[in-house]
Amino acid sequence: MLAPGRAKPKPTPETKHFWDGCKDGKLLLQRCGDTGKAYFPPRPFSPYTGTRNVEVFEASGRATLHSYVIHHRPVPGFTPPYAIAVVELEEGPRLMTNIVDCEQTPEALVLDMPLEVAFTPMDEEITLPLFRPAKGS
Amino acid sequence: MLGRGEIAVVGAAETTQLGAIPGMSQIMLHADAALNAMADAGLKPSDIDGVACVGPMMPQQIAHYLGITPKWVDGTGVGGCSFMLHVRHAAAAIHAGYANTILITHGESGKSRINATPRPAEPEGLNGQFEMPYGPFGPPTLFPIPVLRYMKTYGVTHEDLATVAVVQREWAGKNPRAMFRDPITVDDVLNSRMIAYPFRILQCCLVTDGGGALILTKSDRAKDFPTKPVYILGTGESVETNMVSQMADFTSSRAFRVAGPTAIEAAGIDRKDVDHMMIYDAFAHLPLYGLEDLGFCKPGEAAGFIREGNTRPGGKLPLNTTGGGLSYTHTGMYGMFALQESVRQMRGTAPAQVPGAKVSLCHGVGGMFSASGTIVFSNERP
Repeated sequence: MLAPGRAKPKPTPETKHFWDGCKDGKLLLQRCGDTGKAYFPPRPFSPYTGTRNVEVFEASGRATLHSYVIHHRPVPGFTPPYAIAVVELEEGPRLMTNIVDCEQTPEALVLDMPLEVAFTPMDEEITLPLFRPAKGS
Repeated sequence: MLGRGEIAVVGAAETTQLGAIPGMSQIMLHADAALNAMADAGLKPSDIDGVACVGPMMPQQIAHYLGITPKWVDGTGVGGCSFMLHVRHAAAAIHAGYANTILITHGESGKSRINATPRPAEPEGLNGQFEMPYGPFGPPTLFPIPVLRYMKTYGVTHEDLATVAVVQREWAGKNPRAMFRDPITVDDVLNSRMIAYPFRILQCCLVTDGGGALILTKSDRAKDFPTKPVYILGTGESVETNMVSQMADFTSSRAFRVAGPTAIEAAGIDRKDVDHMMIYDAFAHLPLYGLEDLGFCKPGEAAGFIREGNTRPGGKLPLNTTGGGLSYTHTGMYGMFALQESVRQMRGTAPAQVPGAKVSLCHGVGGMFSASGTIVFSNERP
């Protein structure tokens, strides 16, 4: 369970499946019916072609570290220094997250390092898709 | 089609003071700048028939406060470059006959926070759901997120990103109204307090109070005004995404690549014709992205261009000649101050005047690479 104080997301009709998936330990993305390309954040149509023919699918949870900052000032729910990261999922989309089970230093946080999703509950309603260094790397 | 130089800036001014202004609320900062710009142009509120300022419900507040009856308004609010978009929209409106004399105002109590615009949490918004839970706390934690990727892609160093701040401080030293004027070194920057790695405090913009205002009209009328007209040659605008995590390419801004070249093409100039340039520098990487995305440097080469002294006083492309958001002032939406400096340079009245400058390009960013606006000015009508 995460320390209290973080901004808590409030799902909408268009994003509920994503947050329900996180609670069930599944990282759910959507795929465009025209191009086959995955996209994020969730919406019930394709940002590539506008088609409403889209499907939800479970992503592998594998990602690489695309970029980040290490914040050095206090924020409710966080102990500085902490990294605010963007990861690139194996399926293509990127998302913001935190990197856990890892020193929050430039030496430990190496761009393009392999990561895996680490679902971490905020409370009974919301589970966040955080990431950690991939096992065996 | 709007002609090159068909519209001119005939009034321009900043607030009487810049920095900490605890004696004025945000609406008064708008008004103080507007009154100064009207005095500059020799106009009264009753002479203004169009008003633009940032945000929902704001044009009516500003028009009423100043006693203006507009027949055209624009409340475009896309962050700190909104004023570039206001200039663009105002030029089109004057061309279309919707208004004759348009006032664009900015006021922001960014430091003193007197009647400042609140920033409500929006847990149902896309930022609220997909960025805020991970601990961002304002622009210093969000705007630099792409920087490490840019550094790795092009081999740009921490020293390169410190040099941006050092060069701008050189310009600030020539500006009596700049908040920070003492020279700094690369070591000073790299030893300053860490805010959000890779950026330290000297690579982050100031937080100040202040404002500015512009008055635009048809160039055919411009000779009737007391100041030298500054002609609008070309303009551009675009947006990409309000989520920095979702920008398509962390080494380049799509909004920049649309707005900048659109303005340059509309102006009918070559890049080598640009004598003076402003690139909104909320953080030290912005001038690098701007120089590259607008085609003044090849991708990855802007750091070397700055390191070699091209943007310094005496360099071939004087850039951010006030000291910019890093050293001059930054109220929260700095774009108005970049425009003011371009106008001063074209009038020949800037404290760090570029001798003989005839074309000034002013490029703004809004949000975290989320929006962009570009204006090309000249003191010669084509």
